[in-house]
Amino acid sequence: MALADETRVPGAPRNSALDWLYRREGRQIIGQVLIVIILGAFLWMVVSNTIYNLQKQNIASGFGFWDNTAGFDISQTLIPYSATSSYGHAFWVGLLNTLLVSVIGIVFATIVGFSVGIARLSNNWLVARLATVYVEVARNVPLLLQLFVWYFAVLKNLPGPRDSIQLPGGSVLNVRGLSLPAPVPQSGAGMVLVAAIVGMVAMIALNVWATRRQRETGQPFGRLLPSLALLLGLPILAAALMGFPFTFDYPVLRGFNFQGGIVVLPEFIALLLGLVFYTGAFIAEIVRSGIQGVSRGQKEAARALGLTSGQMLKLVVIPQAMRIIIPPLTSNYLNLTKNSSLGVAIAYPDLVSVFSGTVLNQTGQAIEVISVTMLVYLTLSLSTSAFMNWFNSRMKLVER
Amino acid sequence: MKKLLGLGLAGAVAFAGLATGASAQQKTLDTVKARGTVNCGVAPGTPGFSNPDDKGNWTGLDVDFCRAVAAAIFDDPTKVSFKPLTAKERFTALQSGEVDMLSRVTTWTLSRDSAMGLAFAGVMYYDGQGLMVPTKLGVKSAKELNGASVCVATGTTTELNLADYFRSNNMTYKPVVFEKAEELNAAYEAGRCDVYTTDASGLYAQRLRFKDPSAHIVLPEIISKEPLGPVVRQGDFQWFTLVKWTYFALLNGEELGITQANVADMAKSTNPEVKRFVGAEGEFGKGLGLTQDWAVRIIKGVGNYAEIYERNVGPNTPLKIARGINNLWNKGGLQYAPPIR
Amino acid sequence: MTGSTKAAGTFVAAADLAPPRSEVGVIGWLSKNLFSSWSNSLITLVCLWVTWRVVMGVLDWAVFSAVWTGNDGTVCQSANVGACWPFVTAKFGQFMYGRYPDSERWRVLLTYGLTAVTLAGLMIPAIPGKKWFGIFAVVGLPFISWGLLYGGMFGLPVVKTEFWGGLLVTLVVATVGIAGSFPIGIILALGRRSEMPVARWVSIFFIEVVRAVPLITILFMSSVMLPLFLPDGVSFDKLLRALIGVMLFSGAYMAETIRGGLQAIPRGQYEAADSLGLSFPQKMGLIVLPQALKLVIPGIVNSFVGLAKDTSLVLIIGIFDLLGIVQAGLTDAKWFAPGTAMTGYVFAAFVFWVICFSISRYSAWLEKRLSVGDRR
Repeated sequence: MALADETRVPGAPRNSALDWLYRREGRQIIGQVLIVIILGAFLWMVVSNTIYNLQKQNIASGFGFWDNTAGFDISQTLIPYSATSSYGHAFWVGLLNTLLVSVIGIVFATIVGFSVGIARLSNNWLVARLATVYVEVARNVPLLLQLFVWYFAVLKNLPGPRDSIQLPGGSVLNVRGLSLPAPVPQSGAGMVLVAAIVGMVAMIALNVWATRRQRETGQPFGRLLPSLALLLGLPILAAALMGFPFTFDYPVLRGFNFQGGIVVLPEFIALLLGLVFYTGAFIAEIVRSGIQGVSRGQKEAARALGLTSGQMLKLVVIPQAMRIIIPPLTSNYLNLTKNSSLGVAIAYPDLVSVFSGTVLNQTGQAIEVISVTMLVYLTLSLSTSAFMNWFNSRMKLVER
Repeated sequence: MKKLLGLGLAGAVAFAGLATGASAQQKTLDTVKARGTVNCGVAPGTPGFSNPDDKGNWTGLDVDFCRAVAAAIFDDPTKVSFKPLTAKERFTALQSGEVDMLSRVTTWTLSRDSAMGLAFAGVMYYDGQGLMVPTKLGVKSAKELNGASVCVATGTTTELNLADYFRSNNMTYKPVVFEKAEELNAAYEAGRCDVYTTDASGLYAQRLRFKDPSAHIVLPEIISKEPLGPVVRQGDFQWFTLVKWTYFALLNGEELGITQANVADMAKSTNPEVKRFVGAEGEFGKGLGLTQDWAVRIIKGVGNYAEIYERNVGPNTPLKIARGINNLWNKGGLQYAPPIR
Repeated sequence: MTGSTKAAGTFVAAADLAPPRSEVGVIGWLSKNLFSSWSNSLITLVCLWVTWRVVMGVLDWAVFSAVWTGNDGTVCQSANVGACWPFVTAKFGQFMYGRYPDSERWRVLLTYGLTAVTLAGLMIPAIPGKKWFGIFAVVGLPFISWGLLYGGMFGLPVVKTEFWGGLLVTLVVATVGIAGSFPIGIILALGRRSEMPVARWVSIFFIEVVRAVPLITILFMSSVMLPLFLPDGVSFDKLLRALIGVMLFSGAYMAETIRGGLQAIPRGQYEAADSLGLSFPQKMGLIVLPQALKLVIPGIVNSFVGLAKDTSLVLIIGIFDLLGIVQAGLTDAKWFAPGTAMTGYVFAAFVFWVICFSISRYSAWLEKRLSVGDRR
């Protein structure tokens, strides 16, 4: 590209326009102007067509519908919602449902993925084989198909509400979902909450202290048990002192369904199972390659220093493997969040089902509704990658 | 580089030209005639209304209406290209011109007329939303459904009526919302819901797909008005009128006793109404942009309204739906067509 | 010692002692890989038990308790019956071709055959004439396939895309999607690495937006919004619209794969091309892209696997791919039985699995082969 510049004879008479054209900057400017013109023309065409189509056919546009009464119900609402709420309200219900299944899915997929990933490297031949079979099956079957299997073939075999399976602790399982007893706080429950917060703060403080002590003096501190004691023990102790200030709202069969308690929808269970099973396989592969990516010398050096295999894993292998693991792990978390939109096929009321489904159909305003949906996913994606970039860079700095 | 620049500019100009040039209005009837087929949006699978068999042959009330329009234009009821559309796609498909008309169990409502740019040409089938439950539940009335789980299709008026009905009767329910009839049926049969709701005609139709149709009953309550009819775009009055009068011709044909079998002989009739119908008197076809024998073509192609009804949903079909309010006005029903004169 | 007793003065080595029996052979392998410690043994036993239960369960369902023949769902009616295979046999034609007319199905098979031969020519290293296969794959195959499948040419009757379905649609969407995403991906990847800020921003914007949203919203957009963007009277076929959506979607992912390849090309290559006086298209077409694309072939094959799975999403917008047509077949009252749902899904899963697993194996093999070449 720099050729034109160099071959021009210095001092030769300048044919200014052509000369400019033959220079790199000139061509780049022309190229960019061209891109702008073509894109502009394209966008203008799209916009003018759309406006024309909408106007000609008298289709409403704008976000006036946002505050209108929705008029439909949603099966799972984390915030109060009824048919008299607005479309805007329905949007938030859908968004929260998407986030709920994504967050819980990410937690379980991580657990499954790490366990299976480590199992694939197990010395036990059978364990490694089983893990491989799971990974190869789960990765190579479409997620939507897996969702259909869980929802229409597996959960369908659960009994109806009148022949429900009674689980220990007052929970009930049937084709309408899993009903759990809901704790109802009585007077004094506030103390338990306070104790839980104190416990959490104390745990963080302990860990910070332990890390610093180890860095400064090299003395390790077994932090797992004390942490657990603080996190769980304190609230339990407080609850015991207050005389267990909770009663439980047990699900009871009334009419067609079990009423009361917390109901976990079968759609939610099926979507969660599908997402965890599918994403877990991908995470397992990432974990495996991450651990294999730590050079052999590191492990040998750890052995030479006399570390136990537990210490070696915890102090040498995993911190280094994490550096390889985190970037692809992030993109899998995002994939899981995006894939949760497949819930629309099995009636899980997520953002795509509630907003790009029902709201779109009731208002007929496809452009507004789909744009908002895409914007939401874009925001989720960009903020997750921003957080992960920050986390990743912090991780790297600590390692150096 | 100069050449490239020129080329790019020319391209951009051509692009812009394409955009404006194509915005010029084109009459639907002319487009249809030029194309040689009517593009008709139908439901992907509702027995009795529009249902393809394994070979892709469509049957049903809605499907026959598409054929009636094709018969009026081309004198050939087969010149229809059926486009199966989901509830979500149907309106944009019509608005964008992908289909010339919808004949797809679509309910006529105010907002669809006012905010979605649609024009309903008539009511092919007066329907109402019904509720179906498994017989073994022992439910006799919709008033007993407090707390029930209800399977419902998304993107329909059904979803809204359901909420209204339960709210106005101070009952609660749990909606389970699906996009497609296949999933809806599967979930209902799996016992995920106590109640299946859609238009009453749809209930009878979907019930046929169940393993044991007699194990489910449709409750007596009809909880809404669902006038279902063919839809066209706003802004093309000629096409709207043509579709509307195709529907009226089916009704007038029945009223005058003109059937597929006797339509050829009717040309000799002395009844002035029949004479106008068959085009022996007056110049009615021209006003529609059609030929003089337009109504004859319709009846010859698909029969009159009664024939279409009996063939697809009537008591002798698996759906077994009595004419009821869909009878002619002079037989106690609601179907009424303005006269041809 | 025993060696030296034979003849004085000459040392004859004794035969090597066999290793302890616990270290070699089946027993050795077992004790090393399965029973190295008591905890390991416990895990092995648990796994054995799980494997046994799963394998027996699957076999019982798919073979021993399965129904093999019958004309409708009544044969699969009893409660503890396993798979209902007659459902699959009866609907097999539909699962493969959708509602493609019986008399025209040879056209689909011929297309498959042509594609298979071309792909074999491209994928198997031992077959010569890669260049010609490549040219045919790009120039000839798409048009011949279209002519065969859609008809209207060579005197074949037209089969509208509404009649296409089943595995045919799955394969068409996946292959057209990946083929169409290729040029889009190359342009976007070059754009993202361009020195022109406008080109870079536009590419980054497109790539990031498309990668951030779920495929299903893109499909909704192409099925519901795209018609509004087009001028009056211009409309696309439903399948074509879905294809456009899929192409744009996988194009953005493809761009990132190709960008990875471009980044791996040493700077020296670019500079060498510049110093030879090559123009930008020459530099890219002759020097950089051939090297970069070779590097990313495994990545591309992997995207193909992903796309083949993602095609099942088109069922949500009402196109009957393999999964969609299985799902539709399940609502057929004639075949209603407790086991049909699982049977249909297992069949679909098996077909998808065979396709995806074999391609990903191929990709892994290719990766190994290419990296061997690099090491040399």
